[in-house]
Formats: sequence, structure tokens, C-alpha cells
Amino acid sequence: MLEIKNLHAGVDSKEILKGVDLNINVNEVHVIMGPNGAGKSSLSNILAGKEGYNVTGGHVTFEGKNLLELPADERALLGLYLSFQYPVEIPGVSNINFFKSIVNAHRKAKGQDEIDAMPFLKEIREKAAELNIDEQLLYRSVNEGFSGGEKKRNEILQMLLLEPKLAILDEIDSGLDIDALKVISEGVNSLRGKTSFLIITHYKRLLEYIKPDYIHVLANGRIVKSGGMELADELEAKGYSWLESA
Amino acid sequence: MSVEKIVKKTEYKHGFTSEIEASTLPPGLSEDVIRKISAIKKEPEFMLEWRLKAYKHWLTLKEPNWAEIGYEPIDYQAISYYSAPKSQEDGPKSLDEVDPELLRTYEKLGIPLREQKRLAGVVAVDVVFDSVSIATTFKEELSQKGIIFCSISEALKEHPGLVKKYLGSVVPYSDNYFASLNAAVFTDGSFVYIPKNTRCPMELSTYFRINAANTGQFERTLIIAEEGSYVSYLEGCTAPQRDDNQLHAAVVELVALDNAEIKYSTVQNWYPGDEEGKGGIYNFVTKRGDCVGNNSKITWTQIETGSALTWKYPSCILRGDNSQGEFYSVALTRNKQQADTGTKMVHLGKNTKSTIISKGISAGHSSNAYRGLVHVGKDAKDARNFTQCDSLIIGDKASAHTFPYIESKNSKAQIEHEATTTKISDEQLFYCKSRGLSEEDSICMIVNGFCKEVFKELPMEFAVEAKSLMEISLEGAIG
Repeated sequence: MLEIKNLHAGVDSKEILKGVDLNINVNEVHVIMGPNGAGKSSLSNILAGKEGYNVTGGHVTFEGKNLLELPADERALLGLYLSFQYPVEIPGVSNINFFKSIVNAHRKAKGQDEIDAMPFLKEIREKAAELNIDEQLLYRSVNEGFSGGEKKRNEILQMLLLEPKLAILDEIDSGLDIDALKVISEGVNSLRGKTSFLIITHYKRLLEYIKPDYIHVLANGRIVKSGGMELADELEAKGYSWLESA
Repeated sequence: MSVEKIVKKTEYKHGFTSEIEASTLPPGLSEDVIRKISAIKKEPEFMLEWRLKAYKHWLTLKEPNWAEIGYEPIDYQAISYYSAPKSQEDGPKSLDEVDPELLRTYEKLGIPLREQKRLAGVVAVDVVFDSVSIATTFKEELSQKGIIFCSISEALKEHPGLVKKYLGSVVPYSDNYFASLNAAVFTDGSFVYIPKNTRCPMELSTYFRINAANTGQFERTLIIAEEGSYVSYLEGCTAPQRDDNQLHAAVVELVALDNAEIKYSTVQNWYPGDEEGKGGIYNFVTKRGDCVGNNSKITWTQIETGSALTWKYPSCILRGDNSQGEFYSVALTRNKQQADTGTKMVHLGKNTKSTIISKGISAGHSSNAYRGLVHVGKDAKDARNFTQCDSLIIGDKASAHTFPYIESKNSKAQIEHEATTTKISDEQLFYCKSRGLSEEDSICMIVNGFCKEVFKELPMEFAVEAKSLMEISLEGAIG
């Protein structure tokens, strides 16, 4: 579904990704770990289509389409979703209106009519409840004044509404207490079998709740090691330094 | 960078011209022209005298140049000061007699001249086409409550005492250059009188349309709310697309007596000129409300998206004790539009309160300035003002300016001022786009969010119109 081949990219003249290779098949869950500054967030931004990066080599296909030549909104409409590490505030736009707009943008791209308000509201309320999101949050401006945990849950809520083919989750576990982590993991797990995941995390803790198919280590702009759950244990014990020098 | 792309062309959908036979005075301004206007309108003598005083005063004035706008000098002798559809020469008739071409014009503009119920409620409309009022709807129904809603020309004939008492009481003929010009040559406008303890049962609205070429539009609106009354008034404006600039210099006066409340909302969409800044309306407007009575309240809400030039400061004189003034404004400029707009809140009475929320959005090569004065007089004990003034810039060629003036002569006054200037950030755009929204939809959404505090002050049906007007105005903003 997603094929990344020898991807080189950077900002200005600084190369951040130095030849990334990664294949994700339908319904697989991949986890990327790695030290700070390895290029993990850059990789997710480049995949989602953030401007400001120069791709200097390699290619990325999503369901056979050349992803890198599409603008961010078209990538999203193909079924790509990015859960942001730091979601931005949009003052004056209520969460619920934002949700409605994005769902309708996806429906329009599929040639469907706009969603009916009442069933949609019901769906949102149910999904919000599953994620322990206070209903008040739905009527506040997007991400404005949200706590760290509320922002992360709001990202997952949008993912549940859009049911993407591939979701990239950039550090959804950072700053969460154990209860919030469980709730978010349940949200992610509820899409397993429908959605492929690329999950970026620093902590093995998340992997106790979301069982990945593959774990990769990104260091110095490349995937230096791949494996299964046992790799996470090894990283927990040994850190990254032994891989960075590799 | 994506946000750096600038406003391109957007079609102005009200830009059509109507083929209507008109009687138009030849261009030029003189005492003679003023006498002619007054004679055509069969005005009482006091009106002519007032006009002539205004004209003589105007001749002694210099055009103001302090605003953050630049334009070629206006040749006041090249403008025609009166143009009226021929069919209307004998004054307003019943709707059945109105020229069908005129009715079609308003149908095209989406203004209901037939007395029909609109979805969100009933609205009574007075329509002003070039220099004259064409028709006023729901007059009968309103008059049963003692409410007078008619053109100012008609009011001069039917209620000369009321007009004489209040005309110029808020904006005197000597007020400023454009107000003096208006006093000398104004041709029509709306007149509203709400009797004591009466709540006007429907929204009143005036729809202004400039059609004739090379004419100026000088309308004058006067609204009087007697003790304990309430009225909500809406105003809309459009003009055909022409290469020449056209002058619009209006005056609006509001009078609120004890415990009365007036809400005045404007959606101004005069032709803004093209991409290169060619054509468009020069909009020099004096709007002022006088909270004469205790506990009175005046609210100005304006959505300004049109005009090549906007020079406009709807203001409140808070004379009565406990009176309140509010100003909510969204001004959007794009291409080469220039706007210098804001308000004056003059606190004279005790415990008076004012709120100013201004949202300026500048795109393209446009310039958008907020200019506001909060004045607290020495007797205005415990006066309070809150001002919030936000600017949003789209692209890197547009400019935003803020000129807040505060004068306080009372140490017990409380004045708060908050101001922000922001750009739509690339992060916000990326966030929206990563959810599947197009760049254009993302910008519309962010801008609408930015304006929300003002939109919520508009009457329901106007709010929908304002929102879609913003969307149309932003269409192609990114290309």
C-alpha cells in the first residue's frame, strides 16, 4: 500500500532523510522508534505533504500513485491521515463544524452527498464518549486551550471519523497518563483490520497496548534495524547508541 | 510558501447594469443645482435653506487627507448629483406601478420587493435606486403600530415636523467635508420612526443600488427610536461594474431616547474595482448614533467587503446615563482596495459602556486600517470601554494598520484595549489540508473563524449572507 524507496529529503541544504526504505502492506501496523533528531517527524510530515521540505531523491507510492507530487489535501482524500504531535489551534472554528467540514470533504471526493446533521451528531457523540472526550470539547474552537491529552484524543477522534486507509500517528503517547493512553490505544485498535498504521513513538509502553507487526529504528536519517516486539525489548535495555554507530 | 500566494480575480456578481431610462441632471455642483434638486423633490422651504447653508459651508472646507488611503483628486464638477428612473419621476408609487425592469433588477439581486415572507422571518424593505427611493414594503402593516418607515423624501412631505426636529441633530451640516456635501445634495434615503414603547415587529432594511454612470449617490438615513422602543435595521449596497470611480457619500443619523435600542447592521458590497484597482466606489460615509436617553443602546454591526475606498467610522455619542454603544466590524480588503474604518465612542453620561470588536482582513495588494477613538468626558463617571482590534493578513503584499486613540478626562473610567495582528499560519493551513480540505476552503474556514465574534451579532438571515459573501470574496484568493 505504501512504498518508500531510498527517500532523501531535507530542509534548505540540510539533509534529514538519507535513504529511507519502508513498505507497509494493507492492515499492517508498523512502529518507528529512534533517537531525537533522527528524522521521524520529518518523515511523517513529508508523507502527509507539508511544504518546506526538499525531496532530493527516491520515491514514495501510495496504492500505486506517486504520493510526492500530490498536495496535502489530495493525499488526505486518498485515505492518508496524519495525527499531529502538536496540533495547531484554529480560533473561532468550532470542533464540531470542523469535523463536519472534513467529513464532507471526504464524502464529496467520493461523490457522496453531505452528511445529515442528526446522525452525524450522534456518531460524533458516541465516538467522543469512547475516547472519554467531554462533550463540551466538541463546541470549543479547534484545539484552542485544549490540554495536551485533549489534543491527542481530538486527533484520534478525527481519525475514527475519517477511517483512513493509512494513519500516521506522530507521538500520540507523549504527555499522556496511563488511563488516557489506554483509551487512545483502544481507539487505534478499533480500526485494526480497516486501517494500516505507521506509529512514531519513543516509548515501549505504547506497544503494550498496540501490538505492532513490525518495529523499525530510524537513526541518522535511515532505517537501521527492523524486527518484531523483541526489538523493542532490546532498545529498552540498550538504548540507541549501539545502532547509531552502525 | 502557500499562504504567500495572493488574491486573484473574483467575479463581482452584482456588476450588471440595468437598462433604465433615467432623468439625470448634467454634471456639476452649484447653488443652482441644489435649488433644482430641492425643486424636483418639492421640498419644504426649510430644507432648501439648510441645503444652501451646508453648501456654503462646504465651499470653505478642504477635503480631509489624514486617512490611510490614497486616490486621485475627485472632480466634484464632473459628477452628476441627481439621477432617477424616468418612471419614478412622480415619486414613489405602489408596487404595482413600479417599472418591471426595476423589479427584475432587484430580483436579480435577491431583494424581495413583493411583500413575501422570507424563510427567516419578515423583512420590510425600502429600496433606493440611484438618487431615489423606489418602493417601501410592509408600510401598511407597520403603520398600524404607528411605525413610520418610508423614504426621507416622503417623510419631508408627510412628517416635516419630525424631520425638521431631528435632521442634522446628530450629524450637523457642518460636521465634516463629506457630511456637508451630503447635506447640500442628498437625494433620498430611509426614514424610520418608532413610537414610544413599541417593538418593531420585523427587521427594517434599505437596499441601495447605484446604477447610472458618472453619478454620485448621496443618501441620508434618519432613525428615531422613542422612549422604550426597539428597532433592528439592515442595510445592503451593490453597484454595477464600471471602469470609472463613483462617489458615494452617505450620512446616517440615529437617535435613541430613554430606554430605546437601535441595532444597525450593514453589509456593504459596493463594486470594489478590478484586480488592477480600476473602477470601484469611493465610499465616504458619516454614520453616528446619539444615545440621547438614559439606558439607551445603539449597536453598529458592519461587514465591509466592497468599495475601492472606504472611509467610515460609525460612532456613538453616549450622552444618557447608563447608555451603551457597540461596534462590531469585519472589513475585508483584497486586490487594490483601501479601507480606513473604525469607530468613535464618546462617553458623556455616567456609567456609560462601550464595546468595540474590529476584525480587519487584508489580502492581495490591499490596505486595511482600523481607526478608533474612545473619548471619556469629565462627567462620565465609571465609564467603561473594551476594545479588541484584530488584523489578519493574507499574503505578503497586503498591509494592516491600527490607529487607536484614547482620551480620558475622568480618572474613574476603565478602558481596555487588546490588539493582535496575525497571518494565516502555514501550520494552520497544513493542518486543514491534511484533513482533506482544499486550500481555498481552509482559508475560508480560518477567516470565518476569525470573524465569528462579529458574525454572531448579525440578524440570522444576514449572518448567512455575510458568511457566503466572505466566501465569494475569498474565492480565488489563493491561486
